[in-house]
Amino acid sequence: MGRTMIQTEKLIYEYERRDEEGNVVGTSRAIDRVDLEAVEGQFIAILGHNGSGKSTLAKHMNAILVPTGGTMWVDGRNTKELEELWNVRQSAGMVFQNPDNQIIGTVVEEDVGFGPENLGVPTDEIWKRVEESLKAVGMISYRHHSPNKLSGGQKQRVAIAGVVAMEPKCIVLDEPTAMLDPVGRKEVLKTVQKLREKKGVTVILITHYMEEVIDADKIYVMDHGHIVMEGTPKEIFSRVDELKSYRLDVPQVTLLADELKKRGLAIPEGILRKEELVNYLCQLD
Amino acid sequence: MIRDITIGQYYPAKSVLHRLDPRVKLVSTLLYLISLFLFKSIPGYIMATLFLFGVIRVSKVPFKHIVKGLRAVVMLLMITVIFNLFLTRDGAVLFHKWIFTITEGGLRTAVYMTIRLIYLIIGSSLMTFTTTPNELTDGIEKLLYPLNKLHVPVHEVAMMMSIALRFIPILLEETDKIMKAQIARGADLESGNMIQRAKSMIPILVPLFVSAFRRANDLAMAMEARCYRGGEGRTKMNPLHYKTRDRIAYIVVIVYVIGVFFVGRYVPLGIWIF
Repeated sequence: MGRTMIQTEKLIYEYERRDEEGNVVGTSRAIDRVDLEAVEGQFIAILGHNGSGKSTLAKHMNAILVPTGGTMWVDGRNTKELEELWNVRQSAGMVFQNPDNQIIGTVVEEDVGFGPENLGVPTDEIWKRVEESLKAVGMISYRHHSPNKLSGGQKQRVAIAGVVAMEPKCIVLDEPTAMLDPVGRKEVLKTVQKLREKKGVTVILITHYMEEVIDADKIYVMDHGHIVMEGTPKEIFSRVDELKSYRLDVPQVTLLADELKKRGLAIPEGILRKEELVNYLCQLD
Repeated sequence: MIRDITIGQYYPAKSVLHRLDPRVKLVSTLLYLISLFLFKSIPGYIMATLFLFGVIRVSKVPFKHIVKGLRAVVMLLMITVIFNLFLTRDGAVLFHKWIFTITEGGLRTAVYMTIRLIYLIIGSSLMTFTTTPNELTDGIEKLLYPLNKLHVPVHEVAMMMSIALRFIPILLEETDKIMKAQIARGADLESGNMIQRAKSMIPILVPLFVSAFRRANDLAMAMEARCYRGGEGRTKMNPLHYKTRDRIAYIVVIVYVIGVFFVGRYVPLGIWIF
């Protein structure tokens, strides 16, 4: 096991609910005593339905939000400490949901250069990083294009390149595929996988698409601000009924395998891939 | 009509004009605009036209693309033409009916003013075609940098401008979408008089503003997440340094301005106006 990249201890985030006049009527807990750990180089997935607090949790990893209770460490730094703020933001890059609202530049390469510019990286080094990160996401041939003319998946890859150019140790993706079509979704996930293999960055993927997380090292399932399940994909997906109770859609193959098992076929739990199921089915007499 | 506004739209191409320092382009555009009002005779116009066409050729931006940008200002041009045509009383009367009088002078002013306006718009949009908004704001930032000592937030203003420019096409597209959505729900945007039509814009503007604020919020967060913390300690991807071509461009423009001034004033050819 490598170094711990992200760790939370009894993380709590509360916000004040206000009535129409702006008076405080109470507090709500978006995140409630969450304990989570990600080791360097791991692929961690956080699953949850809308309003489960998963995006709020993601924003803590980048110190956009600061916990109201408990602690969050990013690469050994406490996000509550103000002087560490920029270091935290550099070590944990963040990709958001809406591709249009996170691209600042009017030309692809200008946008990728935005992060390094903010970090005060010397000019030659910026260009090197821009080129490298655009290559890493396979968008180098679009470097002079306007982001407005790209597809959703391409825009998201540019956004990822923008984060990669800051050379973070960890990339947090907050529902990066929610606004994309299936082709774009695949594009983005493939890019993330490739980055992980090549650069060894820690990936934290927040999503509600179960298909995207079958390669994860560890999955956390969130509901109403709590972590309700955690484990490897196999462990998680073998608890189909529990997942359904958190309003999460189980991948079709897993669902089929589960139904077949319930009807008495001798199939193991937690089947994630089509080939796997086919294999087991062929072994039956 | 919405998509025809090309001002603020970068046209990617590889030309000398594209590579020039944005400060050169800003100052030159300003000088060109001023130069349009320095002459009053046909030789001056010929020179301004030649210069403009020369620059268009060098810029490698297709002429068609430039003309498209003019469509949006047709109304403004029409108003200029009408006012100049009917309100200027100068020289021989060419046409007279009821309260409408067209004089020779009026006709001339109308024609020349239209040409000036068109050149003005083409001149300034050439700058935006060949300069990415970010370069442009970089240029403005650097040109206005001395104002920083007077506590003018130059960097912040420049950043706001570049973001505004980036979001113009997105918000235009959004307007289009909202319009279609409201039409699909039975909104009538076409009929009625001016006031009724203005009123029917409300169901378009309200959602547009809501979405613009939401976008602004998202973008601010994305910028912070990428370590944006104002202008201090920031390096530039394209730091501005004058090169030989920039100095040459300055000389060319200054020569043109002086030339047009003298040609317009002292070459005794053609008609004088005003």
